[in-house]
Amino acid sequence: MAGEGTDIHHGGFQKMKRFQRTLALGLAVLTIAAVALTGCGGTKTEEPKTEAPKTDAAQPAAPEKKPFEGVTIRFLASQHPWTDTIKKEIPKFEAMTGMKVNMEAIAENQLTQKLTVELTSGAGTVDVFAQRPLQEAKLFEKNGWYADLNTFVKDAKKTPADYDINDFFKGPMEVETVNGKLVGIPLVTEQQIIYYRKDLFEQKSVKVPTNMAELEEAAKKLHDPDNGMVGIVMRGQGNPAVTQFSSFLYSFGGEFIKDGKFVIDSPEAIKAFTFYGNLLGKYGPQGVLNMSWPQAAGIFAQGKAAMWLDANSLYLNVTDPSKSQVGDKVGFALFPAGDKGSLPYSVTSWGLSIAASSKNQEAAWEFVKWATSKEMTILTQSAGNPSARASAWNSADGTKAWPKEWVDVAKKSGEIGKPADRPLVINVGKARDLVGEVLTAAINGQDVTGIAKEKNQALNEMLAEENK
Amino acid sequence: MITRWIDRHIKWVFPLPAVIFILLMMAFPIAYTLYVSLTEWSMSAVTPPKFVGLDNYVEMLTADTRFWKSVWRTFYFTGLAMLLETFLGVGLALLLNRDFPGKNLLKTLFLLPMVATPVAIGMVWLLMFEPTIGFMNYFLGIFGIPPQPWLASEAAALPSLVLVDVWQWTPMIALIVLAGLVSLPTDPFEAAEVDGASPVQVLWHITLPMLRPTIGVAVILRAIDALKTFDIIYAMTQGGPNYATETLNLYGYTLGFSYFQLGSASSLLVIFFAVVMGVVIFLNRARKGVTA
Repeated sequence: MAGEGTDIHHGGFQKMKRFQRTLALGLAVLTIAAVALTGCGGTKTEEPKTEAPKTDAAQPAAPEKKPFEGVTIRFLASQHPWTDTIKKEIPKFEAMTGMKVNMEAIAENQLTQKLTVELTSGAGTVDVFAQRPLQEAKLFEKNGWYADLNTFVKDAKKTPADYDINDFFKGPMEVETVNGKLVGIPLVTEQQIIYYRKDLFEQKSVKVPTNMAELEEAAKKLHDPDNGMVGIVMRGQGNPAVTQFSSFLYSFGGEFIKDGKFVIDSPEAIKAFTFYGNLLGKYGPQGVLNMSWPQAAGIFAQGKAAMWLDANSLYLNVTDPSKSQVGDKVGFALFPAGDKGSLPYSVTSWGLSIAASSKNQEAAWEFVKWATSKEMTILTQSAGNPSARASAWNSADGTKAWPKEWVDVAKKSGEIGKPADRPLVINVGKARDLVGEVLTAAINGQDVTGIAKEKNQALNEMLAEENK
Repeated sequence: MITRWIDRHIKWVFPLPAVIFILLMMAFPIAYTLYVSLTEWSMSAVTPPKFVGLDNYVEMLTADTRFWKSVWRTFYFTGLAMLLETFLGVGLALLLNRDFPGKNLLKTLFLLPMVATPVAIGMVWLLMFEPTIGFMNYFLGIFGIPPQPWLASEAAALPSLVLVDVWQWTPMIALIVLAGLVSLPTDPFEAAEVDGASPVQVLWHITLPMLRPTIGVAVILRAIDALKTFDIIYAMTQGGPNYATETLNLYGYTLGFSYFQLGSASSLLVIFFAVVMGVVIFLNRARKGVTA
């Protein structure tokens, strides 16, 4: 200690200067090294390019220049099994067209924000993007972010006949069409179904529910919280639960919007709210108010619930043995019938769009066309992503990913289902929050009539504001 | 010529990059937010922002019940977290200031929560709070305490979030206070010992009064951060259930990125900015009053 002290007093200043010089020298060396390294990197990546013509010449099979050589497009995708499947195929597409596809997969809420920021800037940084038509189509179209895909689809030169746009289901195409403009190509569809525990239903000889009364009956019979088993689990967190509530609303004869006005305070809607809240509040797990699908799926997969009602596209979360303890015991059944019959939602959860600000729209369409072609759709569907193409559903290859029971329920739900699972307004987020408040009150066991009236009025005020 | 000019104005040239950076990255966003707060805009590329004057502010301050509730929650969250963190943090610092075997190991362990990523922490606590399969209720069950709803009940959600904040940020207060403790002069303590003061008297009449400026700084730093807390709340409840954990920051985020009401969101942020400034000025005054 003392030695150091004297050092600073006597030779310290000299030492410091020397140290500074060494530091400067070191930094200079580092900088040069960095420059040299990046330089090396540059030449390395260029190598294949300079060699490429040689190999082309050696192989007479591919003499002509690839159509999109040197074009780079940026694709903002969602984190979704569909994305995982297509990602593996993109190198083939790149080899075929000479195009470079820069793909970024982002979780859905963050994707919306990223798109919002990048598309608002209008700088053309995004070419192709995945979107949720029911959630975003109206707003994005209002903001002028979509390129009209009709200009490509209806041009025989850009879209060969074998693309077959009429092969897509009508409902999804309608949802992707805003004010006569085709804003996206439907990618993934989903329907609400019942997941149930085959073993438990058999043990207690409970009938698989086909209507609402039976659903409540089954939940009641299987509800045994003392032994760690609840009758049913569903989403209970206001905003996310709205979509799963929609099937109940329709089946009880209600609607979100009728003749341009919100009607969530109609007697049918009140009945649906009360039923949903009562079912989940009485026979559901603790803490449903903070549950979206991951939490609900988790409880079902842990073997703590006898039934789960949610989108059929989430089935891997409860059947995959690496995620679920009850994978081999899960049964699938059609959404139960209410006063108006069984009316589950059958929706397009994801679509593929081209940005209006993209400077490579031709290349972007080439990519969208390829990613949504019949061949690719069968491939992505065989990996477990329900598509909107009839041909994929009719092919044995296209349905091989799922148990037969699941396919039957999905097909049937697709036939009878309603094309929207949320109010179709511009400000979907706010509308879902407001409907969610009524749902929360219902789950808490409150009388929903008053709050439904209040929120319905707020929703109509919002709608009037939007239509101004 | 140019070199001469640079030489003459060297005192302006050197700070220039920093000045440009601050103008671009701080002054411009604030000014732009102020401008957007006076408009109605959904980020549309085809319909430009519509100028509405102070309408957004008037509506927010007079008609928006969600706004006032979120103001209250922001202060509730910050207040409760600050109180617990200061109390525990000072206690922890006093403990770590003593010599005992394993002290350094313990110090390191206590500091770990602070270096972890808030969103990751949120995810882990979310699992722990899960009422059916989570650890917290299992833990309570060992002592025969009935399971709690934690984040799932409107009453318990915000206090549960405070618990996470306390867990993560108490070490920061402890760290600052510990640094203050180490730098305290030794003479007063020696004098107290000579005068025969009891340990409690030493703590109450010597240690704590001398630590007050340090604690003040720690509280200010932590208060600013706590007011702005976003990550753990967003990761764990997204403001729910039924808006029970919607603080100002969360509400601003929802207005902007879920409702696309950029005007309202900006006016909220301007108000929020003023609130944070106000709190800082108040705490700073209080601190100066103490030291003076």
